[in-house]
Order: sequence, then structure tokens, then C-alpha cells
Amino acid sequence: MSQPMAETIPTSGGPASPGRPLLRSPYPSEPKPYKPGFAERLYLPLFSGLMVTLRHFLQNLFKPGRMYTIQYPEERRNYSHRFRGHHILTTRPDGSVRCVACFLCAQNCPAECIHIEAGEHPDVNIEKYPTVYEIDMLRCIFCGFCVDACPEEAIIMSNNYDMAYFTREQSIVGKSDLMKPFTFDENRLGYRPSFPEEDVQRSKMRRDAFNLVDAARQAQEREAAKAAHSS
Amino acid sequence: MSTLAPPQLKPSTTTPELDAIRAKFPAGSVLPQEGLDQPVWIVSKDVLFDVARELKENPQTQFDMMLDLCGVDFPDREERFEAVYHLYSLQRGARLRLKVPMREDDVVLPSMVRLWKGLDWFEREAYDMFGFGFEGHPNLRRILTHEAFQGHPLRKDYDAAKRWILTEDKIYKPKFDLPESSDEMFERMTINIGPSHPAMHGTFRLMAVLDGETIVASDVEIGYLHRCFEKMSETHTWQHVIPYTDRLNYCSAFINNVGYCKTVEKMLKVEVPPKAVWARMILSEFSRIMDHCVCNGTTLVDAGGLTSFWYLFQPREEIYGLLESVCGARLTVSACRIGGLIQDLPPDFETRCRRLVAMIPQYVTDVETLVNKNRIWIDRSVGVAAISGEDAVNWGWTGPCLRASGVGYDVRRAHPYDLYDTLDFEVPVLYGGDVYDRFRIRMLEIRESLKMIKQLLDRGMPSGPWIVDDPHVALPPKEACYNQMESMIYHFKLIMDGIVVPEGEIYNMVEGANGELGFYTISDGTGKPYRNHCRAPCFPIFSTFPDLINGGSLSDAIVSLGGLNIVAGELER
Repeated sequence: MSQPMAETIPTSGGPASPGRPLLRSPYPSEPKPYKPGFAERLYLPLFSGLMVTLRHFLQNLFKPGRMYTIQYPEERRNYSHRFRGHHILTTRPDGSVRCVACFLCAQNCPAECIHIEAGEHPDVNIEKYPTVYEIDMLRCIFCGFCVDACPEEAIIMSNNYDMAYFTREQSIVGKSDLMKPFTFDENRLGYRPSFPEEDVQRSKMRRDAFNLVDAARQAQEREAAKAAHSS
Repeated sequence: MSTLAPPQLKPSTTTPELDAIRAKFPAGSVLPQEGLDQPVWIVSKDVLFDVARELKENPQTQFDMMLDLCGVDFPDREERFEAVYHLYSLQRGARLRLKVPMREDDVVLPSMVRLWKGLDWFEREAYDMFGFGFEGHPNLRRILTHEAFQGHPLRKDYDAAKRWILTEDKIYKPKFDLPESSDEMFERMTINIGPSHPAMHGTFRLMAVLDGETIVASDVEIGYLHRCFEKMSETHTWQHVIPYTDRLNYCSAFINNVGYCKTVEKMLKVEVPPKAVWARMILSEFSRIMDHCVCNGTTLVDAGGLTSFWYLFQPREEIYGLLESVCGARLTVSACRIGGLIQDLPPDFETRCRRLVAMIPQYVTDVETLVNKNRIWIDRSVGVAAISGEDAVNWGWTGPCLRASGVGYDVRRAHPYDLYDTLDFEVPVLYGGDVYDRFRIRMLEIRESLKMIKQLLDRGMPSGPWIVDDPHVALPPKEACYNQMESMIYHFKLIMDGIVVPEGEIYNMVEGANGELGFYTISDGTGKPYRNHCRAPCFPIFSTFPDLINGGSLSDAIVSLGGLNIVAGELER
């Protein structure tokens, strides 16, 4: 049992002063390999190793909750509300897209995966809106720079990371898919602009991205009304 | 609101030792350049070799380590190219940058592989990327691009849209100059491992001549994961490089973020808020732990020990969870911004950190109990791929691998940045220089990192903002952007034009998980880096690999590759 202690450079928490040699000179010209002790040569420490594996085995057997393996896709890992997953284009209360086609997200995208074509909005106060808004999910690196860039809170990210496509064409996701979040459960929202709590309380700013649940409810009501009207 | 400080010229950076050496050479052949981050000499090509030898061998200077060599292209200058050498003296902790200007029609430099073996691959890289010639280099051929590649991609006039197809007849076939085998019964066999072999931990190709089980000669081929990081940096704004740095050493992406952002912040002379510094240090140390866990776990897998791999991956899983709660991604975090962090820290940050600090030591102890005195592991690793401290320094090694060879160089200790000078920690040093000691030193470093995190947590989270309040550097807060015209304009300006970094150049380093991670960055005052070179710690370490494994058995080669912790993303950039 002759494990040599690692030698350490003596320190007192301060930086090395410029004049003091930092290292021992000359450097070792020959490696000095570790010399196993007598017990090690007899394989004796293997038994303490076996105790470790036995402990882990018993703990996992009786407390399966401490295991890290999960049965995906039945079980899913809980991610935080900052997870950078599939994008969402947020909507105005009337259900139209919030984006004003300012192209900042496309400009700020390091992967150059956002394609926007702008059109004139019927409402003169809004000026522009995207007639085409496409994200190539195979190019996207999910860095969240588009969310940071958006001055309108029109693009945010969801918690959804299940993205699989049969063809490359399918991976280019258009406006309708981006506006249709996967679920309106607030727990499924991901990376959004961050607001310090005091700012939120101080001003009544637009926080639609945080109120997606309300927006979704309104959208559902509209759909229901439309369905009732047509029938 | 502060504005950008005007570029200030620093006081003279030359030292008496350097002046004494400079005086030995003809006037005008070695000129000091003032006003930069470290001493810089502009050296004429004719005296370069002598200057370098003098710098290395003179006991007053002792520049025993060649950290880096890269090229720079200035198409508008008469002397169009510049080769930039970074020297380091471990004894004195001093740095020196040599710049060698060259005309376009004469780009042949003397090869200095005789002085520093580690320059072998650096010179090949400069040849590949810029077309520099190196007189006397033993094996000057392309390294990051393939054999059918035409042109030199980091030259400014290279058209990046060009594509070159490698056909089978042009693939590199190494020629080994070997004496005849004495044993006529057995035939020597050349085998090819990789580039997509599970034992190679990435995309490396190892070609080895075997005599029975023993490797008598070998060669490695890299470049399969070359992604033009440096060329891409030149066409993206300063902020957009951050996601690219994630992909350098993807096992500890956060440290790369910090290294890059610190470099740019230094050029901008921006003071990062204390909260961001504090969080960066904690997350860097956690990333280091994670990287060491991966490295040690996979090394043991290569030796046939799967259990430790599972144990070590559990802390890693939890650290990924912590990083995800901070920035929203697990592997490629992009969690730093120039001037601070991506977002405020989550409310449960400290609790989670404390839980991790309490949890990780048990796993480390378990793995140490399993293998440290286990004769099976000792037999596989002690004395395997051993290198002496002297050789390791000559090859340009840094980081845990160097410290396992008895040379205790750690950037955090030698050139403290952030708050490292206020922390109480030790730099573990071992003397075996083999796979066994590289394994042990990483375990010891995990404990040191935990010690640092604990001290930082005990100081408490500093209050205040998480990113610098400077609209020329960081995006204004969203609320201001929505409600104030001025902030809105800054927001648009910053995204459309990028951060405007004052003209200049800098070499800044942090201690990455593999060693000194340096960024040599040049700005020409526009919104994009003029040149962004990454000094990857893996690069010189892996260039030693054929020498390390020659003479050993094939199975030892696999174990030693794991112990060196070669990460393809960083190696090939």
C-alpha cells in the first residue's frame, strides 16, 4: 500500500510572483512509474473494489429511483424552462403572426438557417409581416440567438426536442408549423427572453410569450366558434 | 453607460533579458513591437533560426516551450504574410511572440523541428493553411485538408465556396522506412485503425506496422473533422463565433466559451460583472470535472473496465442538468456572451451546485477504489506510453498530461485570471508520465476543482447584473429594447453590424481541460475578426502519439490514446 502522495506546488493562494521560478528545474528526464505494493501484486485490493460494485448493486436494487437510466420514450427527462428546442412563432390576440419581418433573427443566425420573405400587412400600423418564414431544422444549431435578436418577442423556443424527418425537405419547417406549438402547456415552453423579476412588476410590458396559455385558450375558443358557425 | 475605452498603448513590454539577446543580432533584423499585450519581436527571416535557438538555449531567457505557430495574411501589405510564433518560458513564466514577415514570392522559413519537436505539426498546418515552406522539415505535407486539396484555405484570396474531391488514388499511403525483419517466419503486417473505429474516440486514422503484437512503426492521419473554424470566424461577427467555440472541445464546451469571450473582452477592455465572473468560474470547473470524467471513464473502457465508466457518467449527467438549467442546452452550451452570460442564473443555481459538490466525491472515491490499486489496471497502464517531463515540454504539452510527467504548469496558477489568484488550491503533479499517472492526475484535479467550487459557493453569489451594461457590447435588456427608442437602435446596430472591436491583436489563454487553450485574435476594427486562431492543447499532444506507441503493443496504443484525451473537435478545429 505504498501509493505515493502527489507532490503539489506549494501555494498560499497567491499568484506566482514574476521573479520566483515557477517550476522545479530541470524537468524530470526519466519518467518514474508507480511501483505497486505487495498487497497490490497479490490482487488483494480487488476485494475492496468488489465491495464498491456490490454496494452500488444493492443500492440500485432497492432504490431504483437513484438510477440515472430512464426508459425513453415512455419516460422523459425534465428539462428546465430554458431548454432550447423547436421554435415557436408567437401570435397576436387575433391569431395572426406577431413577427414583423424585420430580419434580425435571420441576420443573427450563425447557421444561416432562417429564410424570411416579407409582405405588406393590411394593417397600416404593422407595416410588414412574413409571407414565408422557414427554419431549416437540420441546419439549426439551437443556439437561441434568434430569440435574443427578436425585438418583438415573436420567436421563442419550446421544450420539444423530438424532431425527426423522413426527407430533407420535411426538415424545412414553415410558418404554419412554427405557429402551432405542440402543446400549450406552459411547462413545454423553452428559451425565452429573460426578464428580471422587478422589471416585470414595474411595468406592464408585452409578455405574450409568457401568456401562451391564455393565447392558446383564446385560439381554441376561436376555432370552436368558427366550427359552430360553419355547422 | 460607459462607452468603449479608446485603445491605450501599454508601457514598454521588453525586458532587459530580451534586450540583451536582441543586441547580439544585426541591427534591424530583430525589432521590438511596442504596445501589445506581451513582448513582440518582428524577426527577419534570415536570422529566425539563430534567434530562436538563442532564445531557447540562453539561460537568461530559457524559452523552452513553443506554444503555437500560425500564419496571418495581409494582402494589402508589401510583405504579405506573417508567421507568428508564441514562445513560453516555463521557468520564468514569460511569453514572447515572434512575427516573421514574408513577401508573397518567398515564403520559405527554416524549420525549427530540431529545436522544438512540437513544431512538427504546427509547421505542417501553416504549410497547409497558408502555403508556407519549411526548409528541413522531415515530412512537410498537408495535415488538416486532404491530398487532392488545391490552394491554401486561410489565405484571404481563397474562395471558400470551392470544393475538392479526393479520389482513391490520391489517398495518402505512408511509406515506412524499416529494416528487414530478423524473423523470417513472420510477416510484418500494416493495419489501419479508423477513421471511424470505436477505439479511436473520434475520427483519427492510425496506420501501424505490426510485428506480432508489437507496433514497430506508425503514423496518424487527422483532419476528418476539420470544420474551418478559423476561416468561418473571419466571415462571422464576434458574437457569432461563440457557438463555433462550443464545438472545439465539446466535452467541456463552456471553457471554450469563456476562453474566447475573455479574449474579446480583453481587446474591448470591458469589465465583466462580478456575478458573471463568479458563475463562469464555477461552471468552468464543473466542465473540467465533466471532461475528466469522460476521459477517465473512456480510458477504462478501452482497457475493458466498463463499471467505472457508468459511475463517472453519473456526475456528468448531473452537471449537464446544471448547465441546461443555466443556458438551455447540455452539450453545445453557448452559455457565455461577450461581456457576461447568456441569462441570469436560475434561482436554484446555488442549491444545485452544492448538491453536486456533495455528491461527486463519492463517485470519484468509488472509481479510485476500483482501479487505483487494481493490479489488472496497473498492469495495463503503468509505464505505458511514458514520456519524461523534458520531452513533454519539448513537444509542447500542457495540461494534465504535462503535469503527470512532473512539470507543474497550470495557467490558473502561473497566469491567474478571473478570481483564481484568490482561491486556495493546489496543482497536483505526478512523475510517472504514463497512462496510470495521467489517469490519477485527472482524479486529483477533480477534487481540486471541487475545492475551488466550494470556496466560490461559500463566498456567495455576487449580486448585480449578469452581463455588462454597455450597449456597444451587450444587447440591451429586453424591456428597454421594447420601450425605449435608444435601446432599440442599439439593439439593431449590435445585431446588424456586430461588436466593433478596436484594432489590435491579442493572445489570451485559459486553462482548458486538456491544457492551455489560447486564442490569438486580430481585429481590424470592423465587426468581424480579421484572424482568429485557436491554440488547441490536443494538437501538440497528439502529434507525439506515433512516437509514444512505437515499440509498445497494439492494445497499449488504444489505452494510451484514451489517456491523452484527444478530442477531435479541438484537434482539427
